[in-house]
Amino acid sequence: MSAAPPIAKKVNRLELEIASYRGGKSTLCAGCGHNAITERIIEAFWELGVEPWGVMKFSGIGCSAKTPAYFMNASFGLNAVHGRAPTVATGAKLANTTLPAIVVTGDGDTASIGIGHFMHMLRRNVPLVYVIENNGVYGLTKGQFSATADFGSKLKTGVVNDTQPVDCCLAAIEMGATFVARSFSGDKRQLSSILKAAIAHRGLAVVDVISPCVTFNDHEGSTRSYQYMKDHDEPVHEVDFIPSFIDIDIEFDEGTTHEVEMHDGSRIRLKKIGRDYDPTNALGVVQAIHESKASLEVLTGILYLDQDSPTLIDKLKMVEEPLATLPQERVRPSREALAQIMDEFR
Amino acid sequence: MSTDQVVPVASPASFAQFDPLRRVVNDFSIQVATVNGSGSQTANSVLMRAIFQMGIPVSGKNLFPSNIAGLPTWFTIRVSGDGYIGRRRDSEFFVAMNPETAQEDVMNLRPGAAIVYDEPLKLNGLRDDLHFYPVPFDKLVAPVCPEAKLRKLVRNMIYDGVVAWLLGIDFDEVHTALLKQFGARKAKAAEVNWNAVLAGRDYAGKNFTKSDPFVVERMDKTAGKIIIDGNTASALGCLFAGVTVLTWYPITPSSSLAESLVSYLAKYRIDKETGKATFAVVQAEDELAAIGMVIGASWAGARAMTCTSGPGISLMSEFVGFAYYTEIPAVIIDVQRVGPSTGLPTRTMQGDILKNAYLSHGDARHPVLFPSSPEECFAMAQQAFDLAERFQTPVFVNSDLDLGMNNWMADPFPYPEQPIRRGKVLSAEDLDRLGGFERYKDLDGDGVGYRTLPGTEHLAASYFTRGSGHNEKAQYSERPEDYVANMDRLAHKFEVMREHVPACEEQSRSGAEVGILCCGTSRDAAEESRDQLEREHGLRAGYLRVRAWPFPAAVSDFIDRHERVYVIDQNRDAQLFSLLKLDLTIERAAKLRSIRYYSGLPVDAQSLTDEIVKQEEL
Repeated sequence: MSAAPPIAKKVNRLELEIASYRGGKSTLCAGCGHNAITERIIEAFWELGVEPWGVMKFSGIGCSAKTPAYFMNASFGLNAVHGRAPTVATGAKLANTTLPAIVVTGDGDTASIGIGHFMHMLRRNVPLVYVIENNGVYGLTKGQFSATADFGSKLKTGVVNDTQPVDCCLAAIEMGATFVARSFSGDKRQLSSILKAAIAHRGLAVVDVISPCVTFNDHEGSTRSYQYMKDHDEPVHEVDFIPSFIDIDIEFDEGTTHEVEMHDGSRIRLKKIGRDYDPTNALGVVQAIHESKASLEVLTGILYLDQDSPTLIDKLKMVEEPLATLPQERVRPSREALAQIMDEFR
Repeated sequence: MSTDQVVPVASPASFAQFDPLRRVVNDFSIQVATVNGSGSQTANSVLMRAIFQMGIPVSGKNLFPSNIAGLPTWFTIRVSGDGYIGRRRDSEFFVAMNPETAQEDVMNLRPGAAIVYDEPLKLNGLRDDLHFYPVPFDKLVAPVCPEAKLRKLVRNMIYDGVVAWLLGIDFDEVHTALLKQFGARKAKAAEVNWNAVLAGRDYAGKNFTKSDPFVVERMDKTAGKIIIDGNTASALGCLFAGVTVLTWYPITPSSSLAESLVSYLAKYRIDKETGKATFAVVQAEDELAAIGMVIGASWAGARAMTCTSGPGISLMSEFVGFAYYTEIPAVIIDVQRVGPSTGLPTRTMQGDILKNAYLSHGDARHPVLFPSSPEECFAMAQQAFDLAERFQTPVFVNSDLDLGMNNWMADPFPYPEQPIRRGKVLSAEDLDRLGGFERYKDLDGDGVGYRTLPGTEHLAASYFTRGSGHNEKAQYSERPEDYVANMDRLAHKFEVMREHVPACEEQSRSGAEVGILCCGTSRDAAEESRDQLEREHGLRAGYLRVRAWPFPAAVSDFIDRHERVYVIDQNRDAQLFSLLKLDLTIERAAKLRSIRYYSGLPVDAQSLTDEIVKQEEL
């Protein structure tokens, strides 16, 4: 048999195949929502042509925390301690403001043990992508409720949650987040667009992804199951993302679609479905989310967007280059400076 | 300030009257008892500085309660022509400004002490073996300070005038010290306060005949020296170490370290051309976040640090263990204080020796440096960064409240002559040449691998950082062989550090059977006690001060040369003693004796001497 002619592999704008963005083999359960999110993250970074060696990945502890090992092996990963991923990510961003960062956490990380760090990261508007793989349970420790589990939601064992949930998106808006999205791991198209927009956003982008746990929280009575999301997912708009390096102008209907230009020149197109939804009006967004709870809908899409607020890095007025590259003469004051300081203490 | 106020330089005429043999010159402690929040700090600093400017060694210790205002505070100035700057157990010259404690203060004084007090307190009836100097502070302050609101503050300067007159402190020096304290921008305040000093001086001159023996006489032992607190010295050490990231959470007694560093960074580390900062400072939400940010920043290539105290260290425990296993540099300056929550948070203690040495769950050991002076605060901050990056591990600097928050005489700090060393970091060119790397492989035999920084433009540059379960290639592994190899390499790395940490300070005495071993701020009391033992008890003692853990081999050599070695701890549980026992052979450990001091006050020489004399059965 003669060898088949080689098939031209698809490459991105850096001439890299998607393989350069892949990670190790997942050890999570087959069908876990997290695996789908991992795939979308790989695609997003590859499609945008982000230099993989420049990306910093962070996580805490939990099923979600394992996933940075499953995407982008060519990137630098730091799997920190439980709930504290925002802190290491903030530190790394201080050290090197030029590199994109992604934090992947779970609902235990974000809404329980690390809720303080989550809040303060929001207040600071640390420029990074913050993904919450939200399944309402602790998977690694075998299925206890997490703090995002809905009131009245039922465990496999029949235990009913009698505690009010933390809504990470509402908390994020309240604390000053500048990009807040909710999606569903089963909605490939929406999640992909949202992730790309989150990467393009210049501030903190919180992406709360409902990600069913097939082992502990995918049964009847759960509000985080695939079936529940199929029945209750309510996109507020259709999201399309057009990267800055694509200059083709695809026409759109200005009556039904709203285009938002981002700081890096990329564009988000939000197409109206059924309702009027303005993601720049925080009060309206909060009201819509509260109303959706009463009607048992899970609103998804780019729920809130603020492109104007300064980031932590803006406020620190730092040099642009990575701190590691500063030569000694720029970080150690002069002999004369020390002499001057000593004189003040004589 | 007008310059026509003529300042008399001469000592009181009455000085000549008393027997020169009775005079106690340059060897006593002044203690000022005030109410916290009454603004006595300025008056006390002026007094201390004036004596310092007369060339006489001094040290000042502020013993203050944990509250905003209202509880008693004592400030002690030790005057020592012999250069002893540790705390003295008793004070001979007392200023009683606090009505709440005045009676008890008087009863605690040793016979022969002098006491300046607020006249209405009528303390002179309590004892007949003290020298009493009553001063009507309220009457004196009104004419010099028309603004009633400020009188509470200004009245303190009156005792400066009285005390300076009684002790023979040069009023020119008091004036100079006062101007320095207020600075050029507060000329008006300086004038009001100077008038208060003069009011005190004039009142004393008119009303008192000096009867106590305590006087100061000019010397030349402070020429060229500076007065500085340990926290400022540590901050300067970090500044000149080229720190690029500081993340911290406010806590007494370390806050002033961070605040000092922040102000120096703002002054000396803004790029002239761009106006941009070559550093980042974040006040974190808690100490967990502070150390997390340090670890993240350091991992990404910054020279990062935090400073805290015991409660903060407790919160950092998990993260510090994580940094140990992942081999991420971190500098943590721990200004130690007494225990958790309320109680004695403003009192000093060597409380975190053992905790910092082993902080983490699981197996972990961290280098701990023990500064004993502002000079060492400055030097060790720099050494801590070099060690942390050279060995890719968290490094603690165990300062304490006594060192950090009190003012000390010091030699001006030397400019660092060594270049900043960032440790083993591979560039993209290195990776091209090597073809790749293994993060945790010990290529050099020192247990330290090579690391890369995020953003290194090479497809082989990245690695994944995770806790204890990894192999040499930083791949996930739970294989027993990988875990054991990793743990053994980390242990080896720690052993290598023994001779890279700051060396011990040793002062041997030939033929001494007994040795004294201490760390940190026990230094001053230990050195003085050693002189007391020889002078008063004929006991010659060798002396060794460890400046870091892991202990260098010099510790074993020192123990070998002595029959008994007294280990001084400023804590109840003998933490330095215990750490030594864990580190030494059984034979050497058997030679150690423990001396513990744990009152919340800095240890004093007499307490050590008494305890050694007791244990030696002298």
